[in-house]
Order: sequence, then structure tokens, then C-alpha cells
Amino acid sequence: MAYESIKTELNGLFENAGDSFGMLVLELAAENLLPLVTRLKEEFGFALFLDVTAVDYPERQPRFEVVYHFYAVKHNKRLRLRTRVPEADPTVATLTRLYGSANFMEREVHEMYGIKFAGNKDLRPILLYEGFVGHPLRKDYPIDREQPLVEYRTSG
Amino acid sequence: MLVNLGPSHPATHGTIQVIAELDGETVKKADIHCGYLHRGFEKQAEHHNYHKIIPYTDRLNYCSSLNNNFAYAATVEALLGIEITPRCKYLRTLLAEYNRIADHVTCIAATVMELGAMTAFLYLMTIRDYIFEHLNHLTGARLTYSYVRIGGMARDLPEGWLERLEEILKFYERYIKRIHGLLDRNRIFIDRTRNTGVLSTEQALHWGYTGPILRSTGAAIDIRKDAPYLAYDELEFEVPVGIKGDNYDRYYVRMCEMDQSVSMVRQLIKLLPDGPLNVQDHRVVLPEKERVYVETESVINHFKIIMEGIQVPAGEVYLSHEAPNGELGFYLVSDGSGRPYKLHVRGPSFLHMGGMHTLLEGYQLADVIATFGSMNMIGGECDR
Repeated sequence: MAYESIKTELNGLFENAGDSFGMLVLELAAENLLPLVTRLKEEFGFALFLDVTAVDYPERQPRFEVVYHFYAVKHNKRLRLRTRVPEADPTVATLTRLYGSANFMEREVHEMYGIKFAGNKDLRPILLYEGFVGHPLRKDYPIDREQPLVEYRTSG
Repeated sequence: MLVNLGPSHPATHGTIQVIAELDGETVKKADIHCGYLHRGFEKQAEHHNYHKIIPYTDRLNYCSSLNNNFAYAATVEALLGIEITPRCKYLRTLLAEYNRIADHVTCIAATVMELGAMTAFLYLMTIRDYIFEHLNHLTGARLTYSYVRIGGMARDLPEGWLERLEEILKFYERYIKRIHGLLDRNRIFIDRTRNTGVLSTEQALHWGYTGPILRSTGAAIDIRKDAPYLAYDELEFEVPVGIKGDNYDRYYVRMCEMDQSVSMVRQLIKLLPDGPLNVQDHRVVLPEKERVYVETESVINHFKIIMEGIQVPAGEVYLSHEAPNGELGFYLVSDGSGRPYKLHVRGPSFLHMGGMHTLLEGYQLADVIATFGSMNMIGGECDR
């Protein structure tokens, strides 16, 4: 399997194809994510869902970019997917039905960026705590804003 | 009945909470809570220049800081388009394998101690301490080395370092034989680890497992072989795999991997060339101190690298190294300034925790300890 066959066979499901240090990068609309990843997994052997994260561009429309990394174990190929979601409705489909690893990683992206993963039933905070206000990895969250779970003790 | 293990429990090395729903002594359902060691790595990275992030990467997997250092530096160097010098390349490979031994030793030591094997623990910790003292001689720290620099290393090897390395490898071999003797056919150890926490390759991939845990299921997947980086394509080594994917296999795969690492370190001692350690590139490497004191250009060069940070061209890159725990990936987005626009870490432990409940459910409560130990959960890279 070469990158070329992915590009020709999945044509229409993505908008743009690029290359990043030898890795195929596909840009796609959020609604095509689930059909594309399903085919990547079933037809192209992308069995390992490596990573998902988001990047915040406050001045751009749509504001958030959600970035996925996959690995095709048999073919020894890696792939990156990028999709954009707006601040008003930052929703992408969950991949938990395809990959168990999506569970924890989507929870992290949800609490850090406020990206909603439609269909993921367990979006509890994972690195933060219940009741944390805001999304700390958004660019408009100041680095020095503190939200201690237990009030600091002051001397005297 | 609900049993709450952690976040601070004597039998879990690392702060993590396991809420286990029991039926008798069998775990019916397990819920893993992590995040107790979260310190905002990614947020901090966006506010520091590229060199100042190096100490943060030490604290990802703090049992093998050098592996994190090198993966991070390689990511930044990829965006900069820098090719490191041959000496630096071989030295990084050597140190990565050396630190891998320390990491595996720590993992096995902690696991067997939690199962009650105090002698094996002390033998293994002795090896680890020799390695840490030795790395201390090189880097100035026992655990958090911050030894890498973008485009090179902090300093070259001290006098006699490689001779001492060979002594320690011999010491390792003598002591690891004792560990094999103490554990491999030990009835108690086998009863606790055989057929507990069994994992199939499909399951492992489904849950995003990499590294020794994935290999213990029989799949020879290793970035050092599949996409060789540094000097791995010039080395002879095997990728040890397990048969069943249970706790015993995870122990044994790590033992075999350490032997491979020792063999690689020996090959690298022979391959290590002389020559400069740092690249000749004014964008990233500090000028020599003698020149900074006498030349205006060098003072300015020094000032700009320290105050503004190195300027990394705009772009994005995902790069991963085979860390002792699995695939350690860095996803870096640069906007061309002196600080990363976004730096994301794919820590293997985080994903290992994401699927750990499947390895606990259906087994006994006491197996939680054996399984958790063999996962080698490192809070630093799990919670970042």
C-alpha cells in the first residue's frame, strides 16, 4: 500500500493532501471524519490510533484544528488527518467505536480545548478535576490563572 | 463492593487511582483515574523558548530522561532542518540504549518488589544506581539530565567514562544472571504473573499500546526497526517478543530487551567516532565562551539565543522515538517565533492507562498489583 492508493481511492472524502516530513497529511471536513477513518482502518490497515490533539488559532475562522495521527502496522506507514471546527460548535465525531484508545485521548482534548466528540459517552475530565472552569490549553486562558481545588492556606 | 486503590497506595508506584468493583475477590469493573501529576507541560511549552523546554521533557518519563530529551531535540531539529554531527548521533544512540536499561531495571524492580521479591529488587536497584551514578558523572544529575541541546549535547564525555561503562555492563551481566536465577522459574513469581493480565495483539493495538507491552503479545513492532532513526540502521539487534501477552511475558520481554541494549551499547562504543559534538550553526548553538568575551558578533549571537530563543521556521512535524515504554511522539507546530505555537506529547503511559481496565477486569484483586507493575505507568508522561 502506498500513499498514492489512499489518495486515489479515498478521493472525495478529503479536501487536500500534503506531505509533512514524509508523512501523508489529509485535510478534511469534520463530517467526513468518521467515514474516512472507518475506511482507513478497514481497507488500509490503520490499526493503531496514535494520537489526537487540537491547535487553537483564535484569529482564524474556524478557530480550532483537530489533528489525528494513525499508524498502519502492516505497511509501516503513518498518516495525519486535520480538520477544522468553529468555536460556536466545536464538534467532531468520536472514534471510540473504532478504537479503544480514542476514549482517554478524546477526554483530554475535550477538557483542554472544549472540543466535543459527538457520541463519546464518557467525557469526564481526566487530567483536570470535576468543576474546573474553562479550557486551559486555549490561547485565551492565561498561563497564570490558578484554580486550586483546595484553597491555599495563608500564614497568620 | 467498591475498593479504592490510590491515588497514594504503597503498592502502586505513581499516583493513580483505581476504583475496583469487586465480586468476592474478582474485579468486575475497574475505573482508572489519572491526572494527579498534571503540571501543564503543553501550556508551559507555549511560554518557554526551545531550550528551556528541555528540563520539562526530563520530567516526562523520569526513569529515562535522555530518551525524552533526544526525541524532543530530534523534533525541533527536524523543523530546523539540522543534521546532527556523527559523534552526536552515535552518542545519542548509545545513551538512549543505556538509559533504556535503567528504565527497564526500574520497572522490573518495582514490579517484583510489590510481589514481595526483595532480593531481586535490591539487585536490580544496585544496577540502576550504578547507571545513575555513571550518568551523573556525565550530566551532573542522577535523574533529570537536561543533557541534550538543539543541534548537539551539553558537553562531551569526561575522561574514562567509556572504560567505566564497560565495567558497569559487566556488572550488569553478573547481576542479571542472578535475577534470571531468582525469578524465571520461581513458583511464586510464575503463579502471580503467568496468565494474569493477558492481552492479545488485536486488543493491544485497539487500545493504542506500543513498546514492550505490545511486543509481549508477539508482535515485533519497534520503531527502531520499522523506521530507524539515529544510528539504529547500522546496529545489529533483535526485537524480542512474547507469546501470550501476560505479566510474565512483559517481564521477560523487558529482560531480553535489556540484553539487546547492552549489545547495542557495546557496538556503539566501537562505532563512536571522534570529531565535533555540536553542529556549526549560529542559529542554534551558542558561540564558544572565549569568543563571547572578545568579539561583538559573538556577544550578540549569545544574547539573541539566550534572550529570544532559537528561531524555528514555521511548520508542523510529528516525530516519534521508541522510548522504553513505547512510542513517545512529539507534535510540534511552530509559527516561526522563538517559542512553540503548540507542543503536544504522545506519552505511551497515558494510552496504557486508557486500556488498563481490560487487563484488570475478570482477574483477582491481588492481580491488580502485578498487572499495574508490568505496565510501568510513569506519572510524569501519563499526566504531563
